[in-house]
Amino acid sequence: MSGIIGKKIGMTSIFSAAGKSIPCTVIQAGPCVVTQVKTLEIDGYSAVQLAFGEKKEKNTSGAMKGHFLKANTSPKSKLVEFKSFENAKSLGDIVTTEIFEEGDWVEVVGTSKGKGFQGVVKRHGFSGVGMQTHGQHNRLRAPGSLGASSWPSRVFPGMRMAGRTGGARVKVQNLEIVKVLNDQSIILVKGSIPGAKGSYVIVEK
Amino acid sequence: MEFIKALEQTLVEKKDHAPFKAGDTVTVHYKIKEGDKERIQQFQGVVIQRKGSGVTETFTIRKISNSIGVERIVPVHSPFIEKIEVNKKGVVRRARIFYLRDLTGKKARIKEKKQFVKS
Repeated sequence: MSGIIGKKIGMTSIFSAAGKSIPCTVIQAGPCVVTQVKTLEIDGYSAVQLAFGEKKEKNTSGAMKGHFLKANTSPKSKLVEFKSFENAKSLGDIVTTEIFEEGDWVEVVGTSKGKGFQGVVKRHGFSGVGMQTHGQHNRLRAPGSLGASSWPSRVFPGMRMAGRTGGARVKVQNLEIVKVLNDQSIILVKGSIPGAKGSYVIVEK
Repeated sequence: MEFIKALEQTLVEKKDHAPFKAGDTVTVHYKIKEGDKERIQQFQGVVIQRKGSGVTETFTIRKISNSIGVERIVPVHSPFIEKIEVNKKGVVRRARIFYLRDLTGKKARIKEKKQFVKS
């Protein structure tokens, strides 16, 4: 699995060759720097670590400064490991949008927008009580029963309840790449991707 | 946001249509593909709203066809649109004239804007 680190910029729509309007997300993808190459002999598995996004030197720890110095690059804010690339990568290599082509299918990983403490209707898609009358006066969006009574005399673990929603790692599969602009390091992906504008995303191929 | 607007301009060809707004009567000439043949069809009606901005802008157009109200949502910069002809400028007080949906017959008329020409 190869890929690239990017930043979500926002959404727009373009017209396809057939004239259809395609909603798409604009991603600033790369250029990323290879900051570490993990090998089977040394690390027990093989992977390529990519870095993306500028970071101030004063906010970088000494250990990380040394890590970036090895790859001969400035401090970066986001580091992600990828399992394999088609061409072998060495320390300090640059990965750009050229690994993608129009029509490729990709998976995009991001951190979804935080929604705070939410009830079961929004969080788990419960349908609520479904009635406003017939004795329902303050429980329109209530979860209902949590289980049986004397047996088991407890609530089973994993029962879906209200709580913190969003802000989790989400992967969206099978998104089509509509456009690749190599000179600007921009890719356009059909459909929506998780996360807020300006948040980091991982585009996996 | 500015970046996306700049990007849109490079990706989508904007069309210069005659300016029109809600309340105007327009004729949309749009291409229809049947197999590999292409022909142009027309849709005449009242614009009841313009929505969105930039290349994603659309407008809703409404007409009464066989006493049934028909609405179409059309992207302004769609390549399927051959041209947009403005037939009549209307006088309306708001940008979205959804009240027109509840009116029929003589009530559903829109006053025409008077055009003064310098002599």
